[in-house]
Amino acid sequence: MKRTITRLLMAPSVILLLIWMIVPLSMTIYFSTIRFNLLYPGQNNFVGWMNFEFFITDPGFMPAVLNTLILLISVLIITVVLGVALSALIDKPFFGQGIVRVLLISPFFIMPTVNALIWKNMMMNPVYGVFAWISQSLGLEPIDWLSDFPLMSVIIMVSWQWLPFAILVFVTALQSQDTEQKEAAQMDGATGWHIFRYLTIPHLSRPIAVVVMIETIFLLAVFAEIFVSTGGGPGYDSTNLAYLIYNQALLQYDVGVASAGGLFAVILANIVAFFLIRAVGKNLTV
Amino acid sequence: MMTLNQQRKFKTFITGAFAWFIALLLFFPIFWMFITSFKTELQAISVPPSLFFEPTLENFGIVQERSDYLKHAFNSIITSFGSTFIALVIGVPAAYAMAFNPTKKTKDILLWMLSTKMLPAVGVLVPIYILSRDYGLLDSRTGLVIIFTLMNLPIIIWMLFSYFKDLPKEILEAARMDGANPWDEIVKVVLPLSIGGISSTALLSIILCWNEAFWSLNLTASEAAPLTAMIASYSSPEGLFWAKLSAASTLACAPIVIFGWFCQKQLVQGLTFGAVK
Amino acid sequence: MSYLTITELQKHYDSYHALRGINLSITEGEFVVFVGPSGCGKSTLLRTIAGLESSSEGSINLDNRDITELASSKRDLAMVFQSYALYPHMTVADNLSFALRLAKVPDSEIAEKVRSVSASLQLDPLLDRKPKELSGGQRQRVAIGRAIVRQPKVFLFDEPLSNLDAALRVQMRLELARLHKKLGTTMIYVTHDQVEAMTLADRVVILNAGQIEQVGTPLELYRQPNSRFVAEFIGTPKMNLLEVFDITRQDSQLSLDIGVGHINFPNNRINGPVPSSVKLGIRPEHMHLVEEGGDFSGKIELVEHLGSEAYTHIQLDNQQTIIVKAPARSNIQDGQLVQIKIDLDEVILFNDSDRVISKLAEDATND
Repeated sequence: MKRTITRLLMAPSVILLLIWMIVPLSMTIYFSTIRFNLLYPGQNNFVGWMNFEFFITDPGFMPAVLNTLILLISVLIITVVLGVALSALIDKPFFGQGIVRVLLISPFFIMPTVNALIWKNMMMNPVYGVFAWISQSLGLEPIDWLSDFPLMSVIIMVSWQWLPFAILVFVTALQSQDTEQKEAAQMDGATGWHIFRYLTIPHLSRPIAVVVMIETIFLLAVFAEIFVSTGGGPGYDSTNLAYLIYNQALLQYDVGVASAGGLFAVILANIVAFFLIRAVGKNLTV
Repeated sequence: MMTLNQQRKFKTFITGAFAWFIALLLFFPIFWMFITSFKTELQAISVPPSLFFEPTLENFGIVQERSDYLKHAFNSIITSFGSTFIALVIGVPAAYAMAFNPTKKTKDILLWMLSTKMLPAVGVLVPIYILSRDYGLLDSRTGLVIIFTLMNLPIIIWMLFSYFKDLPKEILEAARMDGANPWDEIVKVVLPLSIGGISSTALLSIILCWNEAFWSLNLTASEAAPLTAMIASYSSPEGLFWAKLSAASTLACAPIVIFGWFCQKQLVQGLTFGAVK
Repeated sequence: MSYLTITELQKHYDSYHALRGINLSITEGEFVVFVGPSGCGKSTLLRTIAGLESSSEGSINLDNRDITELASSKRDLAMVFQSYALYPHMTVADNLSFALRLAKVPDSEIAEKVRSVSASLQLDPLLDRKPKELSGGQRQRVAIGRAIVRQPKVFLFDEPLSNLDAALRVQMRLELARLHKKLGTTMIYVTHDQVEAMTLADRVVILNAGQIEQVGTPLELYRQPNSRFVAEFIGTPKMNLLEVFDITRQDSQLSLDIGVGHINFPNNRINGPVPSSVKLGIRPEHMHLVEEGGDFSGKIELVEHLGSEAYTHIQLDNQQTIIVKAPARSNIQDGQLVQIKIDLDEVILFNDSDRVISKLAEDATND
């Protein structure tokens, strides 16, 4: 009886997610084995592994895989490290704490397309951008961020967006830290740094796990920032897998190869997810 | 020598000043976008940047005229609130069932749900595109609502689950002893007790939908395009129209940023995913 | 006539055996207390009666109805939880009336019942408050009121006083005793506090490792424990156990060699044959410090003054330590040598497997 009700309550979610997973995925698998180019309709013969070969031997493939991983790892490190530091900084009350917190978390509410446009134009533009003006004021040559450091530019944009998320989570976590424990440590002669290192960081291990988990989900799929700012270029310098596949499908109309690439992205995500869930899953009480 | 009290005050002052500096630095791009939206195009690209100028509202008018801001804002509102509502209706019972009648498989099911979120959208772009086309859902708000609902369902269930799980079990048992059937239990006890959790879940879902770009860019054209897609149309390289771009961006972000500011406290509590006790 | 009957009740979690064959019958109107150390299964037993846990085997019968498989909501029992479990989003009045509203009792009747309960528990000024605006004692009262208002067949209490401070606990204990007298409803009460058990119960059920160790009135358990577990569990400070090194028979007496002296024990107080080795149990309040003519002697190690009395920790010559209750103002000091006289009639003997083999002195002479 109880079990039946439980199943009944879960059924809609489980069934919908199952469909959401299986139907498109099996279609992708099917498309990846046939010739399917929108420019040549009707010639959908079985081609076996050929689409995969095309995708993997594409000159953009290796850079895209690398860029995806570099982007993921850099943003994770930047947001977690800065997030921990900043949330520890604003943990104790000071003048205008509330406003500072609101300012810090605001970038999380900015949509990725806007994010990319602000940074690309108003910040990083080599002639009229704020960065260029700062460089010139200091007597330095302005940097053309998007052309010279395209991947780094994307990392800056994405980190700027996700740092607030980390701060949000860590700030809440810090509020639940045991003050008596900190006072005991002070009586034992611990300095501020000791307390941070041996009490605060361990206390944050579970929240850090959560941040890493959630961010990874979104970072593997970064798309709009690249689409709007660098367009994956120059060359493949800022192309990640998501963008490469998008290019394949929508710009070259080759659904077969794009599907093969999609499958590859799924596999990569699964590998990351596997390690992640193993590492993080322990830290999550489900 | 400073007294202990002075030392403490000094330390607080330094931390405070530093925190303010960082906060202003991180907020600067948003501030700059906002300021620029009131400039003329010439002022927008002047070097050194002009801080003092006569503000104009002209850009906002042009944005509404050129891209029909109100239509896209309407699309954004419908899709984010609609899909969040549907996802809650589907997700609340599932989260309730898993939190209060857990079995050995509960953890696996949750991780599986989360793993569907790990599937990169780009991996299934083509099939979703084709299915949307075949069912007439391309460039339709209905199509986007369906996608958004499914997209956020795992996270919504997870957040609700961690909320429900933290409800004191004895209160539910008390309700059962008082003669409450499962329906009474959900409606009269669980829901009222978890209003906070449900609203913060809803908030996060609305923010994620509002800012979603991949599906909105790829599945909509003009009719159903939400604000994210409208903004992307300003990225075209022809000419420098930063003032208009800023105005459009300000218009696109303002609703959700203000919404987020107001609900900040709510949101903070919900974002811990049960990791904080 | 049994009102609530529990037969061969078993409860397993995966590999853990929480209840191992519980048999118990409770008559209508009785106040029964389940007591035992933590992990003994007392709460599990209560929750199984409540239907909050399912039983693995066995049956529960209430008022001639098998309720083993019935949902909690249909058992007609009310429970007071340790954490009170008040509904935080409802006012006191709504908390009190929740069950009646669920049962679709007419409004006028609900109002009447809530009024009478709130009057009897002095809740009237609190009716519009939310639980978080109440003190611990007030919450406790609301929790009890919520149970009373339904007029259930049985009240279940799960360590209801453990979250209160000491003074309040004594007061609420008294109120519960009064309440039981007034209502006359069957009550089952779980606690780990033996004082609560002794003062409140008509009958005490002592549980240990998922089994019933002994059932009896408080006085029976105090005077006639049937095992070392019960003997040590009841009484503060706990019963002293003395090793018996040798037993010699002398006519109708047994001479027990406790290392520091000999105790004579009447033969007819032993149930069955005399075992080859026994242990001697004697409560601290049944020993007295005397100037001379004691049964054995020792040195005062430490005195705990409680004001009304003093617990003296005494080291015997063979290094064993015992506790003796002494009058408050006895002029004793650490290090002092004292003689100890024991009340022979109160001595209890245990066999090797820690079962009691002696009977009460008055029962022996009646034989």
